[in-house]
Amino acid sequence: MTAEMILFFIFGAVSLIGAISVISFRHPIYSALSLIVTFFSQAGLFVLLGAHFVAAVQVIVYAGAIMVLFLFVIMLLNLGTLSAQGALTGKLKGVAVVLGILLAAQGIFIAVNAFTDTEVGSADAMERATARVTNPIETSDIGELLFTEYLLPFEVTSLILLAALIGVIVLVKRDNQTES
Amino acid sequence: MSLEYYLILSALLFTIGVIGVLIRRNAIIIFMCIELMLNAANLAFVAISRSLGDADGQLFVFFVMAVAAAEVAIGLAIIVSVFKHRETINVDEVNSLKG
Amino acid sequence: MEINILEQITIPIIKILFIAHLLIIGVMAMIWSERRVSGWIQDRLGPNRVGPQGLLQPIADGIKFLFKEDLIPNHVDKPLYVLAPAMLLVPAMITIAVVPFGGDITITGLDDPISLQIADINVGILYILAIASLGVYGVVIGAWASNNKYSLLGGLRSSAQMISYELTLGLAIIGVLMLSESLSLRTIAEEQGSNMWEWNFLIHFPAFLAFTTAMFAETNRLPFDLAEAEQELVAGYHTEYSSMKFAIFFMAEYMNMIVGSAVVVTLFLGGWHFFGLENIGGEGSILSGIISFAIFFIKTGIFLFIFIWVRWTLPRFRYDQLMNFGWKFLLPVALTSIVVTGTLWVVTNGNRLWIGIGNVVAAFIVVAVVAGMLALDNNSKSSTQAILDAAPLRGLDAVE
Repeated sequence: MTAEMILFFIFGAVSLIGAISVISFRHPIYSALSLIVTFFSQAGLFVLLGAHFVAAVQVIVYAGAIMVLFLFVIMLLNLGTLSAQGALTGKLKGVAVVLGILLAAQGIFIAVNAFTDTEVGSADAMERATARVTNPIETSDIGELLFTEYLLPFEVTSLILLAALIGVIVLVKRDNQTES
Repeated sequence: MSLEYYLILSALLFTIGVIGVLIRRNAIIIFMCIELMLNAANLAFVAISRSLGDADGQLFVFFVMAVAAAEVAIGLAIIVSVFKHRETINVDEVNSLKG
Repeated sequence: MEINILEQITIPIIKILFIAHLLIIGVMAMIWSERRVSGWIQDRLGPNRVGPQGLLQPIADGIKFLFKEDLIPNHVDKPLYVLAPAMLLVPAMITIAVVPFGGDITITGLDDPISLQIADINVGILYILAIASLGVYGVVIGAWASNNKYSLLGGLRSSAQMISYELTLGLAIIGVLMLSESLSLRTIAEEQGSNMWEWNFLIHFPAFLAFTTAMFAETNRLPFDLAEAEQELVAGYHTEYSSMKFAIFFMAEYMNMIVGSAVVVTLFLGGWHFFGLENIGGEGSILSGIISFAIFFIKTGIFLFIFIWVRWTLPRFRYDQLMNFGWKFLLPVALTSIVVTGTLWVVTNGNRLWIGIGNVVAAFIVVAVVAGMLALDNNSKSSTQAILDAAPLRGLDAVE
């Protein structure tokens, strides 16, 4: 049992508990807070995987921006009164859970079997990869790739963000005019 | 520490997200579950990136996050305007597009 | 791998305990100096009864808070109500972990030099931004859990304000990162050198101003304290809090100020450098360590004084002014600073003088253009409409 493994099981367990709480709490505020816990432990897992930059961005973008927007909307609409109508009941819920368990079984089967015969999936692949690459992946490597090989996707991302910006403004402005 | 553990965790998180989308009727919670699924995919990306020893997987995570941020902004704006017009965000009651 | 207990466990724990206690003592010192300085600015005495010059006043305040009844109102959401103060205090405390207080010092008898910093992580700046963005949760959760409409309004204002000003906070430091070519705070501080004209605040003057202003907004201090505006919202998000829970909100605010000042000193004001004074006694000696720590401390103290000074000088922004200022002035200035720094860096081969001049000129042009456009826009619209346009809860009346 190495330190990395212990940390993996702690972070993994916390993220699973958080994820289950997201779908089982009746009140959206509690769901949102559980989701923040999950995102946090995922950032911890990213650090374990040596992806420090991704871990920091995960906290800044997901925990710092996206979830604040969620909380803002939940508070703005004061959804507490609506929480009672939150979930399916009875048979349908059972069907959904059974389907979900099937999906999980399928996913685990793929995760266990898909890489067994390849170099990537062998038990010590991560150690060997770390040894093979002389420097671990650093933030500057990501930046370099982003502005050379992945320049086109990067620019497309900026277009997506611009489109989202315009879309949100249009959604809000139209309401404004109909009211006044 | 082998890749499998991370992939199994990722599969479990993804499944919880799917179950959430199926059983919850509150649009905001469904939305959160979609974020959870995206995150599960991110975890798999980073784990495989580490296993292969190159940075491409981490770049994909970066793109996924940018798209997720755009999606959340739009989605929440839609939810707010739906709520303003119909006073509900239960996805079963918002069915005016059904023929 | 052999673990050296003294160097790998004991020394870090000593460092953590020292810094954590320094922060708490710093909070007490800040409470005292805030009250004394505000008294001085308003031409009155301020607290001067408990101890010499009222120095023991913070302890008296603390004892009062501790022994007050810890009231939990019936209508609150109890788990979140209790959690909220902690969610504000913890981010405020852990940010200091990556701030460097001085260079490495060598102590005879130890193998490795000791760095005057708790942890030098290679994405230090991103760590600070990440933790700073978590501070908003304490406010928002506290506001929501209080189940009080003034609290809720304060929380909504605060979350909108923090999201808006965080952008400026992040963008303003990109120019600094480009010239330092590092995300580690230690490298950034070392890069700046001993002399004042080499420090980042001259090279990136507009970015420095934008960063400082955004930091004022992040700490919820006047003139950005709309989240707890007494005249409008009773006390905003902490209206329902009393006793020690209220005191924790209070402590978190002062801790945020101290940590924020330390970050500004590291990023823009040369860290522990001061005209070579930090090297007295030879580089790496214990004496130089103590002196650089003292220099850092004094710089932070001066910056904290400016915090207090601003609070008792400027009146509060109106909500539309706040949003206009953040989005239409600070954000363009921060963005321009990135473009200008990058361009001039390539054109002039990294000549810092030209980058500094270019940044200031560009910022002037941007501010002038934005101000001109706003003036044209305002002629066609009444000021009441401008206020209504920026109101945070516009359209909500349609819901109720």
